Amino acid sequence: MTKIKTRYNRRSFLKISAAAGGGMLIGFSWFTGCTSDKKIKEKVAIPNEWFEINGYIKIGDTGMVTIYSPNPEIGQNVRTSMPMIVAEELDVDWDNVVVEQAPLNTGFYQNQFAGGSLSIKLSWNALRMAGATGRRMLLEAAAKEWGVAVSDLEVEKGIIKEINGERTISYGEIASKAVGIEVPEEIELKDITDFQLIGTSKKNVDGLKIVTGKPVYGLDFKKEGMQLAMIQHPPAFGMKVTDFNEEEIKNMPGITDAFIIDTSVTDKSWSDEKGFFELIAIVGKSTWQLMKAKKALKANWEVVSEPENSDGHADALAEALVSGEAGAKRIDGDPDMAFSKAVKVIERTYSSPFLPHNCMEPMNFFANVTETSAELIGPTQTPKALEDSVSKLLDLPVEDITVNMTRIGGGFGRRLYVHFGVEAAAISKKIGGPVKLIYSREDDMTQGTYRPAYQSVYKAGLDENNNLIAFSVKGAGLPEGPVFPNRFPAGTVENYAAQKIDAKTNVTTGAWRAPRSHFTAGAEQAFLDEVAELAGKDPIDFRLELFDRAMNNPVGENNDYDPERYAGVLKLVKEKSNWGETTPGIYRGVAAYFCHSSYVAEVMDVVLDNGKPKVKKVWCAVDCGIVVNPDAAKNMIQGGVIDGIGHALYSQLTFEGGAPVETNFDRYQLIRHAQAPEEIEVFFIDSTIDPTGLGEPGLPPAVGALANAIYQATGQRLYKQPFMNNLQLEKVVG
Amino acid sequence: MPIFNLKINDKTHSVEANADTPLMWVLRDHLDLMGTKYGCGIGQCGTCTIHVNGNAIRSCLLQVSQAEGMKITTIEGLSETGDHPVQQAWLEHDVAQCGYCQTGQIMSAAALLKNNPEPSDEDIDAAMSGNICRCGTYVRIKEAIKTASKL
Repeated sequence: MTKIKTRYNRRSFLKISAAAGGGMLIGFSWFTGCTSDKKIKEKVAIPNEWFEINGYIKIGDTGMVTIYSPNPEIGQNVRTSMPMIVAEELDVDWDNVVVEQAPLNTGFYQNQFAGGSLSIKLSWNALRMAGATGRRMLLEAAAKEWGVAVSDLEVEKGIIKEINGERTISYGEIASKAVGIEVPEEIELKDITDFQLIGTSKKNVDGLKIVTGKPVYGLDFKKEGMQLAMIQHPPAFGMKVTDFNEEEIKNMPGITDAFIIDTSVTDKSWSDEKGFFELIAIVGKSTWQLMKAKKALKANWEVVSEPENSDGHADALAEALVSGEAGAKRIDGDPDMAFSKAVKVIERTYSSPFLPHNCMEPMNFFANVTETSAELIGPTQTPKALEDSVSKLLDLPVEDITVNMTRIGGGFGRRLYVHFGVEAAAISKKIGGPVKLIYSREDDMTQGTYRPAYQSVYKAGLDENNNLIAFSVKGAGLPEGPVFPNRFPAGTVENYAAQKIDAKTNVTTGAWRAPRSHFTAGAEQAFLDEVAELAGKDPIDFRLELFDRAMNNPVGENNDYDPERYAGVLKLVKEKSNWGETTPGIYRGVAAYFCHSSYVAEVMDVVLDNGKPKVKKVWCAVDCGIVVNPDAAKNMIQGGVIDGIGHALYSQLTFEGGAPVETNFDRYQLIRHAQAPEEIEVFFIDSTIDPTGLGEPGLPPAVGALANAIYQATGQRLYKQPFMNNLQLEKVVG
Repeated sequence: MPIFNLKINDKTHSVEANADTPLMWVLRDHLDLMGTKYGCGIGQCGTCTIHVNGNAIRSCLLQVSQAEGMKITTIEGLSETGDHPVQQAWLEHDVAQCGYCQTGQIMSAAALLKNNPEPSDEDIDAAMSGNICRCGTYVRIKEAIKTASKL
């Protein structure tokens, strides 16, 4: 039985009050430390003294339970899965639960954040505690009413019953009385084996709004009196605007203003813009008129740092690997000595290009800035960071700034960065009125904040018995190296070296779904496939041998993975895919990776379709602890697999003279229907461990499994992404 | 600016706009029909798919001046309550992740099924490959189309 304290240092995480319109309102800290906000208080009738509260459960006297979910929804389905956790502990019928987007405000949601596959992981205990406390207080109220002990009562789907009696009462009927009960200092959580809702599949609570096209996204937001705006950033990295044909643009039909904004702020945070601070802004009445005005722009650009190109990027990475200084590194044993003694040595270099995020909903934000306040509404993964940056830009205290979140048309890390919200604020300030900033696809794809470009060298040495005795990896990135020194295979090899090297670029970068892991998993898992082949071992058996070593006699102490869970997903995928079975014309690859606290192994079947590799079927084994909403969890993994396959096969952003060459989907390729696998099966490890990330971990192993399956199909090892550009199709027989 | 009379979702709308305005922006900016999404503006991503005389068309490539006299259906006209078989199948398979591209996917799928009630996998691939989903929901979309074909 797990018990959890509802107080810490005399500060309670929970607040109870009468709900407006009858019933009980439970407020709780979704994470920690929040401030109050006027707007939500008005809407949900929150008592003034509820400072640190940012999650709400309303148990109405009709028995309907409303859960106000404040988390940014970028497609990871937390607006369904998080309320499920509350409803589980509260013991209510899911059919009687309504999920509402809490009135959004940053002051209020200052710890709300969607990134790093952390949403469920961070909220798990807070959500359970809130639900369990509500249940306990409702039970105490019923016990008091009937003059019995709480232990004489049980609950099923929101109905309290006397265990040895006839009386029943619904949550709705007792809710108002539960308000007077003192909040218990310690609360018992359900035993995991008693879960009834968690672990069952519940549909997306926003499903109907999505399929009927309701205006839920930032780009759909409209407000009375609002104008539209577009920006033009420099055409290349390393450039800055000097002037433009302002008068001509202003005189175009439908255009109300045009000017240059400066969005630079002091004390920059990681989420602030790094490249394009000064932008041309055009304000007008309709999007099309703005787009025409953008086409008519004649601007002068000044070169402020050297324009780069893709060949130069490859050279810079290669040079960094030779002469760059290692940042994070790890050395176990004596790798140099071990390599010199090894009977077989293999060394391979892997690389991948810059990639834009290409969320389907281009960047946009609404802003209404006055002398004394700023209201921002739009798709952000980091409302607090945006609030801080706008505060610095406008020199307004954060208390006077509100940031409201809309549903988000894709995140993938892109909307952790706040420049588009800051730009909207700068434009609104200049025109003195409400405005919605809209990026065109080209603006979105050429703005920067890309996944960095990477190059890594892997080297392995085998002894005469084909045991792995030496392993090294050296990885460089523009601007950050992709190496995780303490991840697998650290801990499994006596002589091990890992070095991470950062190299300079003026192209701006940011987190991109499974940052660094995406590339590293592909490179490392493809390399290990080659090492296993060199050792004459089955690729799964070879990996399991290494995990055995890490379990029984690990090298070093600081290995940040659990080898048993790692091996567990490999064994499960081996079983489910009937690994070892061969079918003519079908070629298999395997990979496993650990990131965001979750373990995923994948087996991929590739066929040759008119000489081109196509993924037919994928099996995934996943250990992410307890699975809250299994079908939605499967969806996340399936999406990650397709995303991983697509980017590894087709996608790249190249540069000429500092300018991105691919600026829209005519030249930039994302995976499409006909290229997607026919089937993706997902199996979860049965677990009682607290839930961990799902938004990202499905993607990285797909890259390695794909490379390994394509090798089986074509005999070609692929070292450079995108694979389709580097596969010699004329040599493929099939 | 000229005025255009458009027949959208069985209603006639008069819109004042530049003749070359893409229908997508007329729907979104002038008529508040926000279910038709902007994704690329060059007919490559399919998020703005609508039906014109029963065929799936990228509304970003159709100028408002060309749209007069045509029978236009947007996602709002497919079924406002979500009871069209394709929408029902989408809900049954819980297809959406971020959901942004799904109205375009649904419009392409609905046009496919109207003209080809029992499509093969190849038919589905051919009809749907103009619709991109960055979240990677393709497998579920295909399953949902097969379910819808039976509804």
